[in-house]
Amino acid sequence: MIAFAYTRFEFVRMFRNPRFLIFSIGFPLILFYAIAAPNRNVRSFNGSGISFPLYYMVGLAAFGTMAGMIATGARIANERTTGWTRQLRITPLTTRAYFRAKILTAYVTALLTIALLYIAGVSLGVSMSAGDWLEMTGLILIALLPFAALGIFLGHLVTTDSMGPAIGGGTSLFAFLGGTWFPIAGHGFLHDLGQVLPSYWLVQAAHLPAGGHPWHAMAWIVIAVWTGVLSLGAAFAYRRDTKRV
Amino acid sequence: MLADKSGSVETISSTPAEGIRIAGLTKSFKVSGGVVRAVRSIDVTIPPGQTLALLGPNGAGKSTTIDMMLGLSTPDAGSVSVLGRTPQEAVDAGLVSAMLQAGALIRDVTVRELIGMVAALYPRPMAVGDVLELVGIADLGQRRTQKLSGGQTQRVRLAVALVADPQLLILDEPTVAMDVEGRHGFWAAMRAFAARGRTIIFATHYLEEADDNADRIVLMAHGSIVADGAPTEIKARVGRRTIRATLPDVAPERLQELPGVAAVTRHGETVSLVCDDSDVAIRALLAAYPLAHHIEIAGADLEQAFLELTGDEDIPVGEAVA
Repeated sequence: MIAFAYTRFEFVRMFRNPRFLIFSIGFPLILFYAIAAPNRNVRSFNGSGISFPLYYMVGLAAFGTMAGMIATGARIANERTTGWTRQLRITPLTTRAYFRAKILTAYVTALLTIALLYIAGVSLGVSMSAGDWLEMTGLILIALLPFAALGIFLGHLVTTDSMGPAIGGGTSLFAFLGGTWFPIAGHGFLHDLGQVLPSYWLVQAAHLPAGGHPWHAMAWIVIAVWTGVLSLGAAFAYRRDTKRV
Repeated sequence: MLADKSGSVETISSTPAEGIRIAGLTKSFKVSGGVVRAVRSIDVTIPPGQTLALLGPNGAGKSTTIDMMLGLSTPDAGSVSVLGRTPQEAVDAGLVSAMLQAGALIRDVTVRELIGMVAALYPRPMAVGDVLELVGIADLGQRRTQKLSGGQTQRVRLAVALVADPQLLILDEPTVAMDVEGRHGFWAAMRAFAARGRTIIFATHYLEEADDNADRIVLMAHGSIVADGAPTEIKARVGRRTIRATLPDVAPERLQELPGVAAVTRHGETVSLVCDDSDVAIRALLAAYPLAHHIEIAGADLEQAFLELTGDEDIPVGEAVA
């Protein structure tokens, strides 16, 4: 009951804030049409064997959801600055229920972003089997776990002032190195670096419809390690963050 | 059988099971250029049902003490026991709630939604409607929290603490940002709450507020307790008002003889009378020296009183620089 009350409260707050929804859901959608609509007939983007609209549909789903997850941190940082987080800490609300509410609201925003981009993708000719859609979505949601932890970690670590650069810089870096904007070459430094980044595997979910299973053991290990480390960081930051800000 | 019985009774009566016990509580902070010893080994025992004022100027260590009572901060040494539990256990069990110093409310929800959510976190909350009534904002239930005035915000923050219906209620400078009328309403609500046998601890730097509303005043300065007793007792020690007036050509010794005056200083044409009883003193002053003009009566200067009580030599590094 306790967890439910607080989670419901977080949902009410999120949907009452139209700016937050417009920026986190609308921005990737507009970007997708701007980039993909003029190139809708490119069947193999940069020789990757993946159509241009599909590449950017998943690329922007990755970028938009990743940014949304990390943006949870901005909301947390703001709540800390106003003193609300300290007030919550002196209620019987458990740490677990607090994190659950934050992660669930972030995931619902991510699902909305993904659903709208899929509709947009289909409108530009993207098509694949129901199984591929589902598997791709499942992998994206799993690959978002480290970013959910990163958002909470940053939210309890960084002040509101430096949150903008932290989110903008972090998201851009992960997006670029993960191949959101351009395919990463099959070899070389960027390729090797990409292999150990969760955003790379988030984007690799796009390779599904091109055949084969793109997530080998390396992908699962990378996602698991990043999730583990960032979750520990988030838990640590939350515990030590009891000071007046 | 009998021995057993009396033994167990003694155990129960010798344990202040429901009170708050603070023993040797100590906390320091690192600041640039040194260490501020915010709380220096304080000891207080508060029986259940008491309304206690933590009185002191800014930087006395009141908020740091409160943070440790709520488990928001870990003591360097010493201990706090709240209703026989650790602070964190008491918070988790919903026995304690607090209105912390300053702080805005969270946005994008109505007052009723906010109080309702907090109520759902506690095992035995008050009804939301009753709480809104109690703090005098029954008409604001549907208002969004970002559209409240400063005084209304303070009342909603109080409602957030009260809805828990706690055994121990902690208030850190609760009436800051309230107007006079707001303060009256606030303390009326507090007295009603205290009448139900609940323990209340509030921090303030207003002597009058402590005097009017507390059963007991604990006076803090520079992290230490410098006095602990009934309000009348504390007021007698630090509650001296000062009368300033322009009054040339009267020797300080003559003014010293006036009833209610404790000490006199002169700066040019201005005299300052530190008074034990300013009401008596001002009447006597005007009767004896009708030419006195530009008269001001200033309330108790707590900072000054504390310095007299504690002595100057013991000021922490961080504050000495400032």
